[in-house]
Amino acid sequence: MNEALRIERSTRISQFFAAFSLLLLFFLIAAPFYLGRSELYLLVEIFSYLALASLWNLLAGYTGLASIGQQAFVGLGGYSLFALTIFFRMPPILAVLVAGIVAALLAVPTAWVIFRLKGAYFAIGTWVVAEVYRLVFAQVSALGAGSGTSLPTQVVQSIAPTRAARDNLIYWTGLGLVVAVLALIYLILRSRWGLALTAIRDSEPAAESVGVDNYRTKFIIYFLTAGATSSVGALISMQKLRISPEAAFSVNDWTAFVIFIVVIGGIGRMEGPLIGTIVFFLLRGFLADFGPWYFMLLGAVAIIVTLTMPKGIAGWLAEKFDLDLFPLRRRVRLPKQKSNENPSKNPEWPVRI
Amino acid sequence: MDLVATVVDGILLGGLYALFASGLSLIFGVMRLVNIAHGDLIVLSSFIALVVTDHFGVHPLVSLVLVVPFMALLGYGLQRGIFNRALDSDILRPVLVSFGVSVFLQNALLQTFSADSRRLQAGNLETLHLDLPGGMAVGVLPCLMFMTALVVIGGLQLLLYHTELGRAFRSVSDDQQTAQLMGINNAHLFGLAMALSLAIVSVAGVFLGIRTNFDPSIGPTRMIFACEAIIIGGLGDLWGTLVGGVILGVAQTLGARINPGYQILAGHLVFLTILTLRPQGFFAKVR
Repeated sequence: MNEALRIERSTRISQFFAAFSLLLLFFLIAAPFYLGRSELYLLVEIFSYLALASLWNLLAGYTGLASIGQQAFVGLGGYSLFALTIFFRMPPILAVLVAGIVAALLAVPTAWVIFRLKGAYFAIGTWVVAEVYRLVFAQVSALGAGSGTSLPTQVVQSIAPTRAARDNLIYWTGLGLVVAVLALIYLILRSRWGLALTAIRDSEPAAESVGVDNYRTKFIIYFLTAGATSSVGALISMQKLRISPEAAFSVNDWTAFVIFIVVIGGIGRMEGPLIGTIVFFLLRGFLADFGPWYFMLLGAVAIIVTLTMPKGIAGWLAEKFDLDLFPLRRRVRLPKQKSNENPSKNPEWPVRI
Repeated sequence: MDLVATVVDGILLGGLYALFASGLSLIFGVMRLVNIAHGDLIVLSSFIALVVTDHFGVHPLVSLVLVVPFMALLGYGLQRGIFNRALDSDILRPVLVSFGVSVFLQNALLQTFSADSRRLQAGNLETLHLDLPGGMAVGVLPCLMFMTALVVIGGLQLLLYHTELGRAFRSVSDDQQTAQLMGINNAHLFGLAMALSLAIVSVAGVFLGIRTNFDPSIGPTRMIFACEAIIIGGLGDLWGTLVGGVILGVAQTLGARINPGYQILAGHLVFLTILTLRPQGFFAKVR
């Protein structure tokens, strides 16, 4: 009778998903051996967006820091890669990591200033900062000023001597980066930190009242997100071999699309960006030729989903089918009881964190 | 003397920024919404004025007779149809929805009018100037913009503090639930606030179109200027917003004097500096 309550985290679906992910990872690692150049290029793009969206989701979905200025860090990462490889002759792959550190350090004073703004004005503040970085890099003539520059041939060849080897190396770097980003987010969300973040997501005053230091938590998440976003930015610029202020700090490419992915997929859930990225690339594959109509559709869908399905596709799946791909929640299971004792027929108490 | 002229230019430019900002400030005051599509709505009204002037052959300022009611109606519809549904305790949804509206509008304008730069032809208003003592000349158009800003802000103050509608606006601003208990229809009132906001936007849009070239992509930057003016001035104070606009305008013209590439950068940097030193702005009423 008096069996203790059990706390479960993984479900059969999440175990299946973990096995599936490992299998998928194996196929993705081997992809250069059976996929062509353009497919690899597309996959790196998908990895980049998945990483950017997962990071934005961690930032906005969990801590409520609705930044529309993450392009600041994509651009900083790209420019850091160019500066590190051109001026300091750093090996490009290493520069992808160092670019993240550089930008994370710049994120500290940035956060110190814009954390004075709350809510929507915080969003505007992040955008202003991104514009400042864009306008500053448009003045740096050593990096091509407003018209930008290409990665010099000797740097390109230092990635790898042949084009095929370069493509493969960039691909594996991209794959490694997205796996690292997802693992980082997963580990954060599984930890004590994750509990704090989930508490902040659900109610800031309540989180503060049970001892979560909201300001510090947000600051650290902003810092980590900035660094990882910059590494992704460095990867993107390494893949493109070219950089310009307009493209590197583009609000459309690095923030509007990312927000679309997270909103459609489901904000505040780790599955969200995964689902959103798939939807985004499917739409892009079919509709990108329609130019402005395509963007109008994205805008309209984002509005409609936010208004009618605020938790996105992932939230809908979770509610309808109790589907969690990542074992992040804690489920309290009651011991089996004689019928009639428990008024709820469902043996699984609806306590979900 | 040249420096004085630059500062005067900046002050008058601040009038235009205050026009950009006062509509945004009003809706933030009434319903705590920061409308990210605000700049795109300014550009939309410039384009509508362009259509009206082309079609009827009238002066851009005359086109306001049609543009103001059109934008006001659009504002009411936008508020009742979209924004009202996004307003709740969650801070994220209004940001996401108005960002979606911004992307939609920008591309709708791009699809309809192409990416070409346009301008509203205002005849000799563009070049008329007043000669001041000391050999200085001040454009009539910038003076007109500044005076319009004074009239708009003065009018808004009168409306907010001396009319029944203004009292209703202030009461929902203070406490939405209690206002509703007192018989105020919040949804309708928010619609009216957005209509008023976009009426002001259309005046700003026409002046923008006369003063500079415009194209569908310039909206977000105008929205950023408006927000900067509001934050510098302090949330909730309309005269503060005017001061904020003037500070931003002067920063930009002085920056442009050093190097044309520094114009917008100088404005942003002054904004960030003020934010660091005085985060509540100069005349904050809303916390």
